[in-house]
Amino acid sequence: MRYKSKGYTVFTVFNYIFLSLVGFACLYPLYYVVIASFSDPVKLISHDGMLLLPLKEFTLDGYRMVFSNRLVMSGYRNTLIVLFVGLCFYMVLTVMGAYVISLRKLMLRKPFTILIIVTMYFNGGMIPTYLNVSDLGMIDSLWSLIIPGAITTSNLLIMRSAFMAVPESLSEAAEIDGAGHRQILLQVMLPLVKATLAVMVLYYGVAHWNAWFNASIYLRSANKFPLQLVLRNILIEGLNNDMLTDVGSADNPQAVQLLKYSLIVVSTLPIMCIYPLLQKFFEKGVMLGAVKG
Amino acid sequence: MRKTDNARHAKLPAPGKQSKQSFGIRLGKDLKRNYGAYLLFLPVALYYILFAYKPMYGILVAFKDFTPAKGVWESPWTSSYGFGHFISFFKSFYFGRVLKNTLVISFSTLLVTFPAPIMLALLLNEVRSTKFKRTVQTLSYMPHFISLVVICSMLRLFVADSGIVTGFLEKLGIVDGTYSLLSMENFFVPIYVFSGLWQTVGWNAIIYMSALSGIDQGLYEAARIDGAGKLKQMWHVTLPGLMPTIIMLLILRIGQIMSIGHEKIILLYNEEIYSTADVISSFVYRKGLLEYNWGFSTAVGLFNSVINFMLVLMANQISRKTIYMGLW
Repeated sequence: MRYKSKGYTVFTVFNYIFLSLVGFACLYPLYYVVIASFSDPVKLISHDGMLLLPLKEFTLDGYRMVFSNRLVMSGYRNTLIVLFVGLCFYMVLTVMGAYVISLRKLMLRKPFTILIIVTMYFNGGMIPTYLNVSDLGMIDSLWSLIIPGAITTSNLLIMRSAFMAVPESLSEAAEIDGAGHRQILLQVMLPLVKATLAVMVLYYGVAHWNAWFNASIYLRSANKFPLQLVLRNILIEGLNNDMLTDVGSADNPQAVQLLKYSLIVVSTLPIMCIYPLLQKFFEKGVMLGAVKG
Repeated sequence: MRKTDNARHAKLPAPGKQSKQSFGIRLGKDLKRNYGAYLLFLPVALYYILFAYKPMYGILVAFKDFTPAKGVWESPWTSSYGFGHFISFFKSFYFGRVLKNTLVISFSTLLVTFPAPIMLALLLNEVRSTKFKRTVQTLSYMPHFISLVVICSMLRLFVADSGIVTGFLEKLGIVDGTYSLLSMENFFVPIYVFSGLWQTVGWNAIIYMSALSGIDQGLYEAARIDGAGKLKQMWHVTLPGLMPTIIMLLILRIGQIMSIGHEKIILLYNEEIYSTADVISSFVYRKGLLEYNWGFSTAVGLFNSVINFMLVLMANQISRKTIYMGLW
């Protein structure tokens, strides 16, 4: 490893500089949002160029507006409800489906597998899916966010690969000892696929934390909106001015901007703090997904 | 008793033996023996039937003049033997526009975001300091964990008339800084593509990083003995080692060339820039869910799905011929 040419040394130097820039470019937009959320909004608008520290006067008005807003708070609550109830639901269904189609000796395994895999390539599309949910009477109910998307087929296939990687002799031994499928699944299989289960929870969790589109078409009443939909309405559609009147600046564009930056921080910071801790599981998940089903 | 039972599981019955018992009898036995498993599958099957297959039946709407009051079955067929919606789409001025935009956005995204993670992985691979490598990797994943709504909001703030990106372009003399960049047709594709790069480059590099760690170290040694410097090793050992992964992922991407998700588009676009920003999926969304043109919208969506499926089939064929690996 001691072999080094002059060209390679130059390359190494540039490589380090370039990669530092890449890291910086990934981080800076977020950093800018945090800085901007504390800055004097009037100065921020006239300032151009890079910002490294908040512009004076340092302000917390944005955060005051965010935390006094009912919709943001109810949005957080709704998202957590959907996430918690949903996760139980998704995990149970995914594990059951994956376990059954991992059973090599099951006669109907093939048709079951086909039933599932076909849905990866064919689906009803936007309107038929909407009409279906509407037929089932789930419009304007939080169930519309939980039940229709309960199983993600690619996740189920990852789970199946994990089950299939467990040596068959283990479940056979349990069967000889008189265990049924329920017992084999709960007491033999699940403890052996814990890492994959963790990946599943993360994948479902992230997907449902980020989801907003279904909520925007299925829900009608604002107090049921999940956080991401509330964010979309305020940040993108510019709706909901009642939040601003609390501070008495309804049509003040600077205040609106300050509010937006603060709202982004409040909604994103929790994730940014958690993800470095879970990074390993996510990386593992990418590799699991890469293994062909 | 148990022993014989077990022996029967362990071996698959020989093909000759299979015909001895009829399918029905064998199935009955299997149901009896594995009723627990079938019971476990019941809710899963119900879910798929209700939420994946039932909407497929709803595709019939594409061939009908659908009114919710009459339902899917009772609604009358459209003109031209049910193909009325398709014909009016092909004849409309939107057809060319959404097709062009879908292809332009898709190919630009592919061109920019496909090679970037490969290069990032190659460069990271040359870094000796583990700490530095981890830091850059962690930072580069970061955008992957931000929700799409937040990403698009950030973009809108940055490219607004007073935003930081607009300010920067103003200094370069490219724009005059009185409008948001998203109100100008020419900027939509670059904004969409480069924000996509930012979102995905780090995350997509993971798979290449792991492919890199799978390359036989002996090959590097052999190359060194043959007098190859580090850069030559990169070119002659690392890159070929990555090739199967690259080809596989490229083929997958080509299979998806006509499917651009509607979410990011509808979070970013507005009426002023439909001419460059409106793609098939966003058109389906607008026609169906905002204008209640159910049948027409479903027809456009179905047209898109059929093309997507043909592309996946094609990609699979190419993949089987070139790298002897298919999706199925």
